[in-house]
Amino acid sequence: MPAPSLPSTFTRKRRAPGLGESVLRPDAPAKTKGQFAFSSDLWMDGMVWGATLRSPYPYARIRSLDTAPALAISGVHAVITNDDLWGSRTYGLEHHDQPVFADQVVRFHGEPVAAVAADHPEIARRAIAAIAVDFEVLDPVVDPEAAMTAAPIHPAGNLFRHLRVRFGDPEFQGEVVVEGDYEVGMQDQAFLGPESGLAVPSEDGGVELYVATQWLHVDRDQIAACLNLPREKVRLTLAGTGGAFGGREDLSVQIHACLLALVTRKPVKMVYSREESFFGHVHRHPARLWYRHHATREGKLVNVECRMVFDGGAYTSSSTAVISNASAFAPGPYFVHNAKVDGYAVRTNNPPCGAMRGFGAVQTSFAAEAQMDRLAAALGMDPVELRLRNALKQHDKLITGQVIIGTAPVAECILACRDLPMPEPPMADVPVMALPGGAGLTALHGDVRRGVGFAVGFKNLAFSEGFDDYATARVRLELGPGDEPVATVHTATAEVGQGFVTIAQQIARAELGVHEVVVQQADTRVGSAGSTSASRQTMMSGGAVQMACSAVREVLLERAALDLHLAPADMVLEEGELVTKDGEASVSLADALKAGPIEATREFHHAPTEPLDDNGQGNAHWSLAFAAHRAVVDVDPELGLVRVVQVATAQDIGKALNPLAVTGQIEGGIAQGVGLAVMEEIIVDQGKVKNPSFTDYLLPTALDMPAVAQTWIEQPERGAPYGAKGVGEPPTISSTGAVVAAIRQATGLPLTRVPVRPDDIALAQQAATGQA
Amino acid sequence: MSGDASDALHDPATTDIRGRRDQLRAEEGPPVVEALETYRLTVNGREREVEGAWIGESLLYVLRERLGLPGSKNACEQGECGSCSLMLDGVLVASCCVLAADAVGGDVRTVEGLSPEGELTDVQRAFVEQGAVQCGFCIPGMIVAMHDLLDRQPDADELALREAISGNLCRCTGYGRIFAAFHAVKEERARAST
Amino acid sequence: MKIAHPRTLDEAFEALQRMPGAQLLAGGTDFVVEVNFGHRRPPAVVGLRRVAELQGWRRDDGELVLGAALTFTEIETQLAGELPALAAAARTVGSPQMRNAGTLGGNLGTASPAGDSLPVLAAMDARVVLASQAGERTLPMTEFVTGVKKTAIQPREVIREVRVPRLRGPQQFLKVGTRNAMVISIACAALVVDLDGRSVRCGLGSVAPTPVRAAEAEAFIAGEIDWDGPHAAAGAVARFGELAAAAASPITDHRSTAEYRRRAVQVICTRALTRSLA
Repeated sequence: MPAPSLPSTFTRKRRAPGLGESVLRPDAPAKTKGQFAFSSDLWMDGMVWGATLRSPYPYARIRSLDTAPALAISGVHAVITNDDLWGSRTYGLEHHDQPVFADQVVRFHGEPVAAVAADHPEIARRAIAAIAVDFEVLDPVVDPEAAMTAAPIHPAGNLFRHLRVRFGDPEFQGEVVVEGDYEVGMQDQAFLGPESGLAVPSEDGGVELYVATQWLHVDRDQIAACLNLPREKVRLTLAGTGGAFGGREDLSVQIHACLLALVTRKPVKMVYSREESFFGHVHRHPARLWYRHHATREGKLVNVECRMVFDGGAYTSSSTAVISNASAFAPGPYFVHNAKVDGYAVRTNNPPCGAMRGFGAVQTSFAAEAQMDRLAAALGMDPVELRLRNALKQHDKLITGQVIIGTAPVAECILACRDLPMPEPPMADVPVMALPGGAGLTALHGDVRRGVGFAVGFKNLAFSEGFDDYATARVRLELGPGDEPVATVHTATAEVGQGFVTIAQQIARAELGVHEVVVQQADTRVGSAGSTSASRQTMMSGGAVQMACSAVREVLLERAALDLHLAPADMVLEEGELVTKDGEASVSLADALKAGPIEATREFHHAPTEPLDDNGQGNAHWSLAFAAHRAVVDVDPELGLVRVVQVATAQDIGKALNPLAVTGQIEGGIAQGVGLAVMEEIIVDQGKVKNPSFTDYLLPTALDMPAVAQTWIEQPERGAPYGAKGVGEPPTISSTGAVVAAIRQATGLPLTRVPVRPDDIALAQQAATGQA
Repeated sequence: MSGDASDALHDPATTDIRGRRDQLRAEEGPPVVEALETYRLTVNGREREVEGAWIGESLLYVLRERLGLPGSKNACEQGECGSCSLMLDGVLVASCCVLAADAVGGDVRTVEGLSPEGELTDVQRAFVEQGAVQCGFCIPGMIVAMHDLLDRQPDADELALREAISGNLCRCTGYGRIFAAFHAVKEERARAST
Repeated sequence: MKIAHPRTLDEAFEALQRMPGAQLLAGGTDFVVEVNFGHRRPPAVVGLRRVAELQGWRRDDGELVLGAALTFTEIETQLAGELPALAAAARTVGSPQMRNAGTLGGNLGTASPAGDSLPVLAAMDARVVLASQAGERTLPMTEFVTGVKKTAIQPREVIREVRVPRLRGPQQFLKVGTRNAMVISIACAALVVDLDGRSVRCGLGSVAPTPVRAAEAEAFIAGEIDWDGPHAAAGAVARFGELAAAAASPITDHRSTAEYRRRAVQVICTRALTRSLA
């Protein structure tokens, strides 16, 4: 596929000023002062509070529902249920199968049944408690394997998607064969800013919604359908968003808040508690994976077989895309001639699962990297050497038959990661707080074993399988106060913490030579930016900003040329001046803008992709990114406690547009990989969530976080603005596998499930030492 | 924010809020929520009146929803994340675990009180300069906690830092740049004192 | 008035009398969380953190008297010398924010099976002093904590202080959790060696409805220790750990399994004893 033609500045400039520098975030000062308005900080005179009644059962029929007792409470303005809906009763990202409110049946623990609006959150809480629901409890379908053949728990059936990949000769047998079963538990995005927003009814019968989310336009479209309003009457503005990591891709408060606002004709604020948050968003798919790897005796991979079942929970969300990614990247970043993959995403009465950073590649990476270590052991080969021997490179084919056109510096990542300095060996006088167990002071130096592990991962950047996830940007250049040129960048790009607001400024400064750049609040008054996910916004929204700036620059050059009686082709924009190519004459930006502001709106589309066919073949992806991870852990095998000492990584980033931001993204992504490796899991028992709180859903604290050593491989990606690749997901894909590989080395245990629990280590160790 | 309705939106930067109606009293009849209390709190050096508030409201709620001080954040409301951290009588606490009505007579200092004139403290500046801020939700609590640590233990090493902020969860940064901000402030303060 | 801020115990009793059903509030780290979750709706509150008689700690002959309003930070920083095991336990309670507010009295009053101070107090044969308008009464730990989140406190009674014997000898506290900080214990143990009394006291937490003493383990090891060291043979130390594990009656829940908890007790008790011996 040919790369799209690039704006002229890309080819001409060696390095754009400002890009490539660690420019500071424009919103950081306000955030440090507590003056940045997050979605839960919003407030409006006359507002009321919304709250949601959720099902306590994973699967039940609603025999009756009586909202009268709630309505009778003074201070309650409205109570709404499925019966009150006047528009679409369902919504969803891929399929609209998720009910706004349960319609006669609830299918997961926490499914919304009703919503209320009241004067005070405490009144709302009491109103919720007063709603009388008579449930007929049903036996939940909780085993995804069983669900595939069980009676449907939804009219659309229990199979979201079966993705089948058949590549080369799927039956090819290798000289050396290793197989294994692996399991990945349900991780949660656990973004800190609770689901929240403020819905304000408009004079025209529409609604204004201020909300924390990942994709304003896709939210708007679903909301509009449910409110039976034209899209133009549903106006969304991004409110300060406290992280997302995939968990805000699906709707949470949006439709409920807007419904309540229209019914009460009052502004409605909704904020989930942390407990409710665990029920209010999708989670990472738990998965069971079986792999069989075939190789030659020299260690060349010749076939990878995989069968995996992803538990998508009650509704589709983005399950069909998650299993597609998982299947396409099932072997990991290695070249193999043959492959046989069957990926199933299944509906159960477990909590709905969808997008989380890594999007299917995390689960397969954990299993595939464990397999590579098994294979290395079977071959008597160094695990890093085995990976080098099979590393993908540019022009190789993936098992989907797609030839890698972009950069694929897998071997470079592996070598650079391997060569990063190791941490200091454990000293006898290390403080006990720094050992596994931390503040619990459980281990002394002699109780601890160190292990090292390695893993490599990859996935696509931006959306796939024919989805045209374009991004739009409007750039306006005009004279501001003191006749200084000011550029305003307006996109719908959801800033969730990743730092797009900084990149937008950097791009505008670089392209227009203007210092003063204002990034407007994201809203639906400009075209879609696509989702803040799939590591895509720097590339996509960045590309749109670049294009819009280019268009503005063209007008500037025309105006300057007109001024000087020359042709635009005779002029260039350099460091804020419009100069002739021979440098003899120039026009200042300020002068060029005297004729009035210049504005341009552009869409950036990446190269087209195509769906996968019945054999999982097709050019389904645009750009890929790779990363290698090495983990060093200290383990207390008797207690099974782990301290991750260091995670080292080499990541394929294309081009660092903001080194400080890249550093932060990589460290943050590794933290989430470490979390999945040793502590994070939503425990679901017979469909019920057992740990919906930070007391028992454990995130890594500052005492759990390892030192991070990082290095970047910068091979510019053609077709990507400035050659930069998205950096958000690769840190999370194979860091988990590296940590577990290290624990395996320290303990000698196979450890086929994440998160690794103390039980997994301690009880096996106890049996092994015959101390039962 | 842009947009028409946003003009009516509360600007969190203002600390003097008028017109926050007591929304616990119904138009008629007895109060829906009993156990209401009127009291005064001293917040960032100023006396603030809280009228007819439900006794069960946490200090975090009162600050955010009654006193126009939403700087302290509500990530968990159960003392497990530190995003609501502030200083009460000189001690770092989780304001979600403090009953507002019990903070009467106490000295409450929130993140908004760290730099009343608008300029950043050295800790805040270091967070900005070291890239320690991503989504920002953990940041107010983190900054209050770090100020507290530096006040009590100016020579704290990284392990002491990690323990001191072990009650402040961050989901975005992996703490690396936050540690860097700490070291930057320590060095700057050490240089300034020589 | 729906909330009282008494400055003395007498004022507290008077407030409790005046406001029936009033809930006691100290640090708020348990109580206010319950309110936030909608699990508790107090008709009235008596805030105890200003009550003079509950503050601080003092030596009283062979005992240490710990005020119920002592925070965990105060215990951690002020009692590390006098009560190392309790100070170590205090250091593991929640987060710094929790430790700055949470109180010894609150930990006792909540009586969670996972309460970090409880196994230490049990190991030390601490006595809980309850005060009311009618006077004071003192209960040993075994009588004070009666079940999961159940105590012998009567309505309008307040925990005034905890009396702990001053024992000469090494003290350890080990707590097992799935994270290196801010974690509810899966299993924990307090080991207190009384060199003068020639006994080893071992209190276990999170492995029974209440804190328990590993009585059989204690009896066994007392006979095995050469008190001149103190020394003990490795085999005896190992046996001690096994017996301690047998004293636990752990459950399987979303945090861990009974089997692991038992194993954890064995390991940490063995280690605690090893660290206590020369």
